[in-house]
Amino acid sequence: METIILFSPLVGALLCGFGWRVFGERAAMWIATALLFLAAILSWIVFLTFDGTTEQIQILRWIESGSLSTDWSIRLDRLTAIMLIVVTTVSALVHLYSFGYMDHDPQWREGEVYKPRFFAYLSFFTFAMLMLVTSDNLAQMFFGWEGVGVASYLLIGFYYRKPSANAAAIKAFVVNRVGDFGFALGIFALFFLTDSIRFDDVFAEAPRLAETQLTFLWTEWNAANLVAFLLFIGAMGKSAQLLLHTWLPDAMEGPTPVSALIHAATMVTAGVFLVCRMSPVLEFAPEAMAFVTVLGALTAFFAASVGLVQTDIKRVIAYSTCSQLGYMFVAAGVGMYSAAMFHLFTHAFFKAMLFLGAGSVIHAMHHEQDMMNYGGLRKRIPYTFWAMMIGTLAITGVGVPVWILTLGEIPIGFAGFHSKDAIVESAYAAGSGIGFWALVIAALFTSFYSWRLMFLTFYGEPRGNKHTHEHAHESPVVMLIPLGVLALGAVFAGMIWYKSFFGHVDQVAKFYGIPYAEATEHAEDHDDKTQAEPAADGPADAHHVDAAEGGQGDEKGHGAHHYAFVGEPGQGSLYVAPGNTLLDDAHKVPYWVKTSPFAAMLIGLLFAYWFYIVNPSLPGKLAENQRPLYLFLKNKWYFDELYNVIFVQPALWIGRQLWRKGDGNVIDGSINGVAMGIVPFFTRLAGRVQSGYIFTYAFAMVIGIAVLITWMTMSGGAN
Amino acid sequence: MQDSILSLVTFTPALAALILAVFLRGDDEHAQRNAKWVAMFATCATFLASLFILFRFDPLNTGFQFIEEAEWLLGLQYKMGIDGISVLFVMLTTFMMPLVIWASWDVTERVKEYMIAFLLLETLMLGVFCALDLVLFYLFFEAGLIPMFLIIGIWGGKNRIYASFKFFLYTFLGSVLMLVAMVGMFVEAGTTDIEQLLNHQFGSETFSLLGIQIVGGMQTLLFLAFFASFAVKMPMWPVHTWLPDAHVQAPTAGSVVLAAILLKMGGYGFLRFSIPMFPIGSDVMTPLVLWMSAIAIVYTSLVALVQEDMKKLIAYSSVAHMGFVTMGIFAGNQQGIDGAIFQMLSHGFISGALFLCVGVIYDRMHTREIDAYGGLVNRMPAYALIFMLFTMANVGLPGTSGFVGEFLTLMAVFQVNTWVALVATSGVVFSAAYALWLYRRVVMGDLIKESLKSIGDMTRREKAIFAPLVVMTILLGVYPAMALDIIGPTVAQLVDNYQTALSVSEQATRLAMN
Repeated sequence: METIILFSPLVGALLCGFGWRVFGERAAMWIATALLFLAAILSWIVFLTFDGTTEQIQILRWIESGSLSTDWSIRLDRLTAIMLIVVTTVSALVHLYSFGYMDHDPQWREGEVYKPRFFAYLSFFTFAMLMLVTSDNLAQMFFGWEGVGVASYLLIGFYYRKPSANAAAIKAFVVNRVGDFGFALGIFALFFLTDSIRFDDVFAEAPRLAETQLTFLWTEWNAANLVAFLLFIGAMGKSAQLLLHTWLPDAMEGPTPVSALIHAATMVTAGVFLVCRMSPVLEFAPEAMAFVTVLGALTAFFAASVGLVQTDIKRVIAYSTCSQLGYMFVAAGVGMYSAAMFHLFTHAFFKAMLFLGAGSVIHAMHHEQDMMNYGGLRKRIPYTFWAMMIGTLAITGVGVPVWILTLGEIPIGFAGFHSKDAIVESAYAAGSGIGFWALVIAALFTSFYSWRLMFLTFYGEPRGNKHTHEHAHESPVVMLIPLGVLALGAVFAGMIWYKSFFGHVDQVAKFYGIPYAEATEHAEDHDDKTQAEPAADGPADAHHVDAAEGGQGDEKGHGAHHYAFVGEPGQGSLYVAPGNTLLDDAHKVPYWVKTSPFAAMLIGLLFAYWFYIVNPSLPGKLAENQRPLYLFLKNKWYFDELYNVIFVQPALWIGRQLWRKGDGNVIDGSINGVAMGIVPFFTRLAGRVQSGYIFTYAFAMVIGIAVLITWMTMSGGAN
Repeated sequence: MQDSILSLVTFTPALAALILAVFLRGDDEHAQRNAKWVAMFATCATFLASLFILFRFDPLNTGFQFIEEAEWLLGLQYKMGIDGISVLFVMLTTFMMPLVIWASWDVTERVKEYMIAFLLLETLMLGVFCALDLVLFYLFFEAGLIPMFLIIGIWGGKNRIYASFKFFLYTFLGSVLMLVAMVGMFVEAGTTDIEQLLNHQFGSETFSLLGIQIVGGMQTLLFLAFFASFAVKMPMWPVHTWLPDAHVQAPTAGSVVLAAILLKMGGYGFLRFSIPMFPIGSDVMTPLVLWMSAIAIVYTSLVALVQEDMKKLIAYSSVAHMGFVTMGIFAGNQQGIDGAIFQMLSHGFISGALFLCVGVIYDRMHTREIDAYGGLVNRMPAYALIFMLFTMANVGLPGTSGFVGEFLTLMAVFQVNTWVALVATSGVVFSAAYALWLYRRVVMGDLIKESLKSIGDMTRREKAIFAPLVVMTILLGVYPAMALDIIGPTVAQLVDNYQTALSVSEQATRLAMN
């Protein structure tokens, strides 16, 4: 069944891309879509019936050389199962949506066939993404990794007549390659250290890596830290984290369904998936994890701040994606992989929905993307409005604070509420001050730019071209169905799977197939730790004391319910080190911590309401007063300009210098200076060379060489 | 027949060339067609015969197979044979040549001589990979220059004379030193038989010459002499500058042969002579070679970034890819050498295809200037697809053959020198930049230029030429075991011998120091 899931998108891509001449355009598109729906249904079956034991399926031998051995194979565990449903579900819905969105695309001329190509690319992307998430070794993962990169390149540059789209496509691929450079080095280092790049072998060796020193470049490194760090560089590229994020906003040049599928729900989360997949190594790499946390936190803050002032509807959502990915990395960085996957899961639903909703708005507005030309669209496109509203409620994390009301043990709220709060609480429990505060501020920003988007688009007076507004129309039903399905996910996904992702240890362990044990033993450990730690760290470590006290209280209450993760690295789909009690701690953070994202959300909403409904002239004035800050944010902290000056231009300049001066003057000039002196002489012979003597000449040369060798060999022998 | 299959394969094209030279008269259309068909028939026959070698080849036997020995004139020895290292180069050559001939179907100038040149070239190239005698090897190796020199010099572009002499002088001067070394080897070992030379231990005691301490002694000197020749052939930085000129001026088919096969002779030479015969010398020189390779990768990639001529750009990218080969070879472990051989095969298909891609539009527009194109996808969708595939293969996309070689060689060098690995791996970023930038300027965008408005897509013949290359690129990318199973055992033996030789010498040094 897994094999069918994996290959049906590939079959779809090939049939659709090459077969449309045979079956006709529409039939080819339906074939691709139908195969995707098949994959999605099977994925859900796999996900719901999965029992937690890791399964491996070999398909074909791949690269084998000496002790290196890799296969094309499928690894099915909980992580894979989660990714399967995310990828195939969103992809199937995006295929369906594209029937409406891509119809009569004004980028193309009359009679041009572009839709089968688009569907083939989408299906090919899905295949590559599935290869990535089902891989059983790092090489196959790299295949998927680069495969999705190519698909993304092709789809960003889909409107190949637009120079900006072409530039964005190249930028996406090249910046991703910078990440891949780190990823590849990480793979090489792992092979060097463990003599294998299969997950099973690598995970089994993970504890040893922590004790190994490795000389890399100028100095000695801790092996686990180095490997984790290098692999994370790959994740930074794919998941558009700070420093390697510049491609993502430009990637919005692609058609909107592409943005929803690739640049929101699936491909960009591959980095998070990689980090979670490598959790057995990361658990032994504290410095690398700290780096992941800090970078994630900075990205969450940075991207949200830029999102505040963008006016292109897709760019706002793109920065929002970038920022939400930062949340996931914070979770993974502090060691709450489960929360990272939770947010990845819920984010896929509501962010895909926001993008598809934005696509529906764009579709209605004749491909106008500037929010300054929207306004008052609530009545004209009501279904889209409600879909966007649900998406906004989900991303801003609307829910009922836990101290007011819960449903059993499950908090009530939209999907983003659960996963985002899980991350914020984990960051606090882990003692990551920067992580916690950056995320809370980012939550405030998120709320502001999300509501700003809603208010500018759907409320107020229509702005911009009157004609366009008069002709604004609701999208066809093939575009609304995907919105409806995703809305279900955005509302309920958090509540349904809350316990699996962020419940008690036993629930989470069962979900991920991690061995756990009833834990009187652990409780003692825990007690020891709580007693030891305040003594060691002193009262400065106040939050930890809080958490620990909470923990003791809880144990007294439900002593029987206490479990702990006890797996070895490689058992189960995630590895949580024995000392990592974060899941427990996160549930015991003070109430003000649990409420802070909610408060941030409210503040953001109020500000947005004040700025864009109550007093719409205010943003303009503020931008005037705070011009430098405004420009700084508007121009995305000037990263593009900076990179152009320090990377792109110098590379071209060095290239020209090396070519003209290096190859031209130095090498040709000196090394063959002598030879060049001879050339003119031969050139004078050229007339003769060309005029029929050529074969005589050549023949003479062969004979000459033969005689020369023979003579030298013989005379050499005579010595 | 079975006993002389190698000679049969090697000399079939030469025989056809002889037939053409002797029997074909006139230069009318009829004669031209005959010349093309004779060449086509001969190269196809050669390929079919070589398939027989491939099927009869025993990968687990790490020695030489299909050995032929005979007395030759002047007391010299004629000896042919192949092993796991050379067999796939033979296959690459016989596979590419029919495609090369077919790609030359539209040649109208001196067709007979053109075909003779290519047929002779095929024989000489096959001879290089099959020869098991120093003199024979040298003869094939050097004589191969001549047809190539003529191909560039007669059927080349405007500046062909300069390019052909530059090509000839560079490679020929490099070879003179090799010749001296060969004489030296004969003097020391008393034989020109490569099989026996492989078992001979060349002196490696450090001595001083003209006041310079030569670590590794005789072996280092011999290594350097061979290195001069092979490094130019590869070509390695900084003796690569002949290649872009030669490529630019060569006719399409000439470029294909040059990139796909001739460049591999250098790499083959390292594996046949330098590493197994002079292990100590190789070891002494390894840091130098690794750094030259790493520099080549970055340097030529940066230069490729700013090229304005399509062929020059691809030529520079070839130099970068050959950098991976030398790097893999001198990493001196299984992954490195497997990867290097694989990279050479894969580069044969990919760079061959890329030069054919340039040829397709050159035939239509008669310019290689990148700026003269733009928006070809609008009128040439099939071309855009094929060019995309090979562009991606060129940047080493996993799933294409380009990935396997790069991945293995980089992985190998990481185990030896992480600095070199770091620098070389950065090549993946640059290669993506120059390859996609080229593709964007030629294929993407709107079709604005008046001159391109009536350009036609690939003909059926052109598509058919690409088909086998597409198949091989993807097949080797998805199932590389196809090739790695054949080269693996021999390489394992080679690596084993190499490492043994090094550890023996290390022990000897330690003893001497005590």
